[in-house]
Amino acid sequence: MSRIEISKVNKYYGEVHVLKDLDLVVEDGDFMTLLGPSGCGKTTTLRVIAGLEAPRSGTLRIGGQLAADGEVSFNLPPAKRGVNLVFQSYALWPHMTVFDNVAFGLQIKKAPKPLIKEKVTGALGRLHIAEFAERYPSELSGGQQQRVAIARSIVSEPRVLLLDEPLSNLDAKLRIEMRSELKRLHQELKTTVVYVTHDQVEALTMSTKIAVFFEGRLVQADTPKGIYGNPVDIRVADFIGNPKINFIGCECSRDGDTMVVDSVLGRMALGNVASRNARFGSIGVEPASCGAASILAVRPEHVHVGREPSPGAVRCRIYSALPAGSETLIQAAVNGDTIMAKVIGQAEFGQDEEAWLSLQQDKLNVYDKASGRIALGALA
Amino acid sequence: MSETKSAAAPSPAGLGRGRGLTKARNVLVSLFTNPYNVISLVSIVVLVYLIVVPLGEIVGTTFRWQPKDSRLVEGAVPGAFTTYHWKAMFSGDTARAMLWEPLANSLSVALCVSALSLLLGGLIAWLVTRTDLPCRGFFSFLVLVPYMLPSWYKALAWITVFKNERVGGNPGFLAAIFGWSPPDWLAYGFVPTVLTLSIHYYAFAYLLISSALSSIGGDLEEMGEIAGASRLTILRRITFPLVLPAVLSAFILTFSRAIGTFGVPAFLGLKVNYYTISTMLYASVRNRQTVQAYILSLVLILIAVFTVYLNQAMIGKRKSYTTIGGKGTRKNLVSLGKWRRPILAALVAFMVVAIIFPVAVLLLESFLERDGIYRLDNLTLHYWAGASKPSIAEGESGIFRNAAIWRALGTTMKLVLAASVIATFVGLVLGYVISRGRKKASGRLIDQVSFLPYLIPSIAFGAIYLSMFSRPRLFIPALYGSLGILVLISVVKYLPFSVRAGTSNMMQIGTELEEAAMVEGASFGRRFRKIVMPLAGKGFLSGFILIFISAMKELDLIVLLMTPATQTLAAATYSYAEGGYHQFSDAVITVIVAIIMIVYVLAAKIGKVDMSKGLGG
Repeated sequence: MSRIEISKVNKYYGEVHVLKDLDLVVEDGDFMTLLGPSGCGKTTTLRVIAGLEAPRSGTLRIGGQLAADGEVSFNLPPAKRGVNLVFQSYALWPHMTVFDNVAFGLQIKKAPKPLIKEKVTGALGRLHIAEFAERYPSELSGGQQQRVAIARSIVSEPRVLLLDEPLSNLDAKLRIEMRSELKRLHQELKTTVVYVTHDQVEALTMSTKIAVFFEGRLVQADTPKGIYGNPVDIRVADFIGNPKINFIGCECSRDGDTMVVDSVLGRMALGNVASRNARFGSIGVEPASCGAASILAVRPEHVHVGREPSPGAVRCRIYSALPAGSETLIQAAVNGDTIMAKVIGQAEFGQDEEAWLSLQQDKLNVYDKASGRIALGALA
Repeated sequence: MSETKSAAAPSPAGLGRGRGLTKARNVLVSLFTNPYNVISLVSIVVLVYLIVVPLGEIVGTTFRWQPKDSRLVEGAVPGAFTTYHWKAMFSGDTARAMLWEPLANSLSVALCVSALSLLLGGLIAWLVTRTDLPCRGFFSFLVLVPYMLPSWYKALAWITVFKNERVGGNPGFLAAIFGWSPPDWLAYGFVPTVLTLSIHYYAFAYLLISSALSSIGGDLEEMGEIAGASRLTILRRITFPLVLPAVLSAFILTFSRAIGTFGVPAFLGLKVNYYTISTMLYASVRNRQTVQAYILSLVLILIAVFTVYLNQAMIGKRKSYTTIGGKGTRKNLVSLGKWRRPILAALVAFMVVAIIFPVAVLLLESFLERDGIYRLDNLTLHYWAGASKPSIAEGESGIFRNAAIWRALGTTMKLVLAASVIATFVGLVLGYVISRGRKKASGRLIDQVSFLPYLIPSIAFGAIYLSMFSRPRLFIPALYGSLGILVLISVVKYLPFSVRAGTSNMMQIGTELEEAAMVEGASFGRRFRKIVMPLAGKGFLSGFILIFISAMKELDLIVLLMTPATQTLAAATYSYAEGGYHQFSDAVITVIVAIIMIVYVLAAKIGKVDMSKGLGG
């Protein structure tokens, strides 16, 4: 059992309030990614779980066992938590061979030598670096060092594996390779993984759950699909997705189970509000009521640009078209606003050409401008 | 790693007890079982006890009547507060002889030494880093040699060459060979003191200025060239302003070191009653004028504090350009043209005068049966290996047969090894605490307190420890006359260097390496032994060598604390010279120089130790 429960945790560095009333549950066997811009508190959360930082208030339980309680300054030492950590810098000890690096923890625990050898060899084999056992870290490439760091962290079979931006020092090709390696490893070992990154693609491709942080607060903890399709906060919507989501200022009003949205794209009546917002209850989010100052958010792949007028489409002018092989990015100007569309395949548009633009209405999200909170979700 | 180390036995929740109580208990347990806190606390207590308390005590002593005052001054109540001593020192009958004249001498010596050192060091630094002078690598090694050797050995050599009949005894080299007796001003006092100290301290200026010069990107000067500036304009408008902070620093730091130096003015001044503050301080201690000695110590300390403060104030971070420009940029070396050979010759001549000549003169003299008589039939090995002869030097036998010298060699090696090992290790531990606690008050406090000994000139430090540890103190027995006090004072005095070396060493070891071991369950002791120490090994060696060399040549620091039983080689040199046994002191100093040179060369060649960081001594 390795469920992690973080409850009302606050953490300060000096005067700086880095974690604000953090509540987060990581279920047993989850691959939970903590995602957010730098300085948002994701690494601090990881270090609190590891036991390298103590919370000022709030509690942390790992597998039902109390690991930290800020109120009574209780903090279980890292080694007694059954966790292990892979550092961003790998933190391999440069004066020890690969074998000794991986064996260190088992030696501390005074495991018998044959067992150490067996386990270390097993871990190195699992990460395909068995042949480097007698080398020193400086004699390995970055990707190989990364594998040693991971081997070191799994050799003691931790209940929870913590990874702090482990791939950020690798080149793009290696990164993709290690992503699938890590995903396979998670499924083979069946441990709970907490993974810190600022790279949304990493988060979306590897995780079973993603927790998005802004300024020390957990804003949304959800499945990757939920984070992408139904960001509950406008900052999450803005942070996730490449190319970026389109924001269009709008006015909206509620009419029974229908929401009426007025914007430069004209008037849209979006039905089934109750069912569109149904899932927010399950992740503990209360949708905002909408009003005169609202924002319509639409991902570029849900914008359609065509040469012929169609019902609901508005006239636009092509500002630029950027074909990139499998897809084309189109910037279209509508009544003073610029909207980005992603079209599959090569779309041939000339500059300043006239076209017709429409939105896929069931994929729209609407936010309250003042609070940034979701008012209307997209249909899954 | 900041707040959480292994708490020994924290309890999650207080069953049947108040949560507040549980919290207090957990906080205390983690505070006192956290090795970082324990080491910080112990360090602060020990540093305060060894540095701040002695300072406070001597300040206090100078403001109190002493037991012997009651016999001399009417109305003096031993132990009561008084400003008598300060008044007497600054305006009494003896003020002129005891304070003002020595102060004027110290200040003028320090000023002239700083100016001359700057000129010499700056010029050589520019030649070595910025011109096409041949053999620059060799020179950059050689120019530091005078600094590695004791400053007072040059004073000994000076006396040997320039001695005239004023102080009696046999004539000097010049008088004996050329029949020319140098005038007093050239033989003793101000002029030779300034010259010999400058030949020592120029290396200090050289180090600071050459590192500033080599860190200026060549592109900055090339840009000036593109703008059409002449070479002189570039030097004046670009290069000089950029190295100005280093130049100022070099001046002020040389001043702060030269002001308190003892060995050189002692050899060159005491015999003709030319006193500086430091030699007057020495004489006061010898005459048991303790309070006067303390006041002189405080005067020295105040001057040193003031100069270092001046350095900080004038050269703030804003004006420090030394990191500007990449080191990798190719530098256009200034062509010396037709001056190349003359300058090379001048530099070689300078090296000969500064390094080879003093050693050669002293070595030669050590082979003369009677000093001052430069004839073949006067040559002897007696002072090196001769058996005791009543006709020579009152029966003192040659140094290789002399039990006292062998003992001094043993003492020196014990002292130097103990001091450098302990100082380097303490430097590492304190460096660890400082580097891991940079954002904490405790880390900064330790950093600052460990720098204090830098502000206390060696001779003043000796005077303070003489009175502090001549009687038993809290947990410490009376140390006077033991090797212990010499080791203690050396370790404390070299702390500023060992702690700085230790800190920069520890900064290079990322905290993550330690945290990774913590996650694996390694205790603090194990982490320090298995992770930190092995990684600090190389820095340990270079720190060790630097302190080894500094301690080997040390005279100022220990001259007051020495007893015949704990004489070191340096002190033996001093007492032989004081007694007029020049050949013996020549022989002993040759041994010291040989040991230092061997260690220096070995360290540079084998250990790849960067001596340019050795700003000690």
